Amino acid sequence: MPGLEDLYREIILDHYRSPRNRGELASPPATRTEGFNPLCGDEIVVYLDIDDTNTVTDIRIGGTGCSISQSSASMMSAAVRDKTIVEVKALTRAFKGMMSLHESSLDTEAELDAEAAEAEAQADAGVKLGDLEALRGVVKFPVRIKCATLAWNTLLQGIEEATEAS
Amino acid sequence: MSTVQATRTFDVAKVKADFPLLQRVLEGGPIHYLDSAASSQKPQVVIDAMTTYYETINANVHRGVYEIAEAATNALEASRIRLGQFIGAPSPETEVLFSKNATESLNLVARSWGGSNLGPGDVVLLTQLEHHANIVPWFQLQAEKGFEIRWIPLTADAQLDLTNLDVLLDGVKILALTAMSNVTGTLTPVAELTARAHAAGALVCLDACQSVPHQATDLVALGVDFAAFSGHKMLGPTGVGVLWGREALLEAMPPFLGGGGMILNVTLDGFVPADLPAKFEAGTPPVAEIIGLHAAVDYLDALGMDAIREHEISLTAYALHALTERFGEQLTIHGPAGAHSRGGVLSLAMEGIHPHDLSQVLDQHAVCVRPGHHCAKPLMKVLGVGATARASFYIYNDTDDVDALADALAEAADFFSF
Repeated sequence: MPGLEDLYREIILDHYRSPRNRGELASPPATRTEGFNPLCGDEIVVYLDIDDTNTVTDIRIGGTGCSISQSSASMMSAAVRDKTIVEVKALTRAFKGMMSLHESSLDTEAELDAEAAEAEAQADAGVKLGDLEALRGVVKFPVRIKCATLAWNTLLQGIEEATEAS
Repeated sequence: MSTVQATRTFDVAKVKADFPLLQRVLEGGPIHYLDSAASSQKPQVVIDAMTTYYETINANVHRGVYEIAEAATNALEASRIRLGQFIGAPSPETEVLFSKNATESLNLVARSWGGSNLGPGDVVLLTQLEHHANIVPWFQLQAEKGFEIRWIPLTADAQLDLTNLDVLLDGVKILALTAMSNVTGTLTPVAELTARAHAAGALVCLDACQSVPHQATDLVALGVDFAAFSGHKMLGPTGVGVLWGREALLEAMPPFLGGGGMILNVTLDGFVPADLPAKFEAGTPPVAEIIGLHAAVDYLDALGMDAIREHEISLTAYALHALTERFGEQLTIHGPAGAHSRGGVLSLAMEGIHPHDLSQVLDQHAVCVRPGHHCAKPLMKVLGVGATARASFYIYNDTDDVDALADALAEAADFFSF
């Protein structure tokens, strides 16, 4: 049986105790997106500022949740700031891959044109998970994977809303 | 000489020995199953009853003329009568309907009775204690029929606040309420509320899912018009539930699901529904499960429902005392303070520890509790929490289970202490 230390790494508890980028952004111009985990009742809010170069210039996290969902959201917020949407999507793919959720493309359009596919491949190659690696142990606790991915799914939804609006 | 009759008691260790699953040793140690409010474990006799059905009389019911088909039909109908007896149904042969679970039973009432009796200007009265199964079907119907939904509020200790009941009851056509909260264990004053609802011209639909498994049920004394419960929370299998309703009401209601078994006649122009109870039992019923539920009810009655309630009161009192003593204000136990006003359900909130994390630590010691909103999000909002960790007791739980819970909670508090 995997032990608690496999799940609750020190860095996770640190982000849980002192979450980064907690708060709100004025919306609009920021997008405000709610995510729900219907199983446990956790709710998360992601505020996103994306500029006209498709870069995440600011992000804030609201809502409540367990240590896994909250620390994942906190680390995510630190990791995506100043990244382009393409980079953020690549990071999300890598994170979900670490959670054993493999998605060939996160875009809803089935076909990417050659240029976009190239950019995606390049972004995938450049991904560094960094602190997020600490969440790798979650895979051993399959029920908790949804906790770890809640913020990321909400982020993707926020990006979709932001790019649709622009 | 005292005239007070001593309540029967039972030996929990012997009861526990009847449950194969409770003999398991999990990775975290011997199992401490504290999630019976979600689903109970099954004694060997229930498992055997279903196996015996499959091995000896497996055949579809109400159709074949051969020996085993008749035996299967007889076993099913005997179960109907037995279930009716168990809840004090006056006419079990027509008033006890088998469904998939309490959720389907409540949907049946909303769709069939509500669909033909509710419209603009009408009011459905619910309580803030309700499970989603007694909320969402009414919302679904409201979207079509346009009636009003009102809520009986709660006091600070999660009991029904009846201060303004007369005002709330004005214009109400049906009061749909739980007999026992699956989150706080709150017991509601069903008989009193039913009398007042009837006086105001309203019917009463009881979600008896948490009460029927844990205390004696007498529908005549309660006075309600419908009662719904699930088999799997009362030692029976999954996939079978019951709806009891007054015969006159059921007679007047249109069928819920259509299909085989629920018709008297079908032509190219339409159909004529069958008589009760077949009218509300479309398709092949869960025969094995119904027979399993019959065995479960026999098992419960052999222990005695009053003895079961006494056992749970004393275990709940022990838990409330032990946990409060050990953790003080660090631990919040939602709901009524006294063991007599509640069922054996403890929704716990440990300061600074999310219920999901708490339950994860408990799992390391094979203490099985349920984190989450327990399908009662409006209630969670009233309690001011997003989730709780819920421990619930049944006939096979003892003070060892409570002690294991307390020890694991202490470890969680230690692990997450900042």
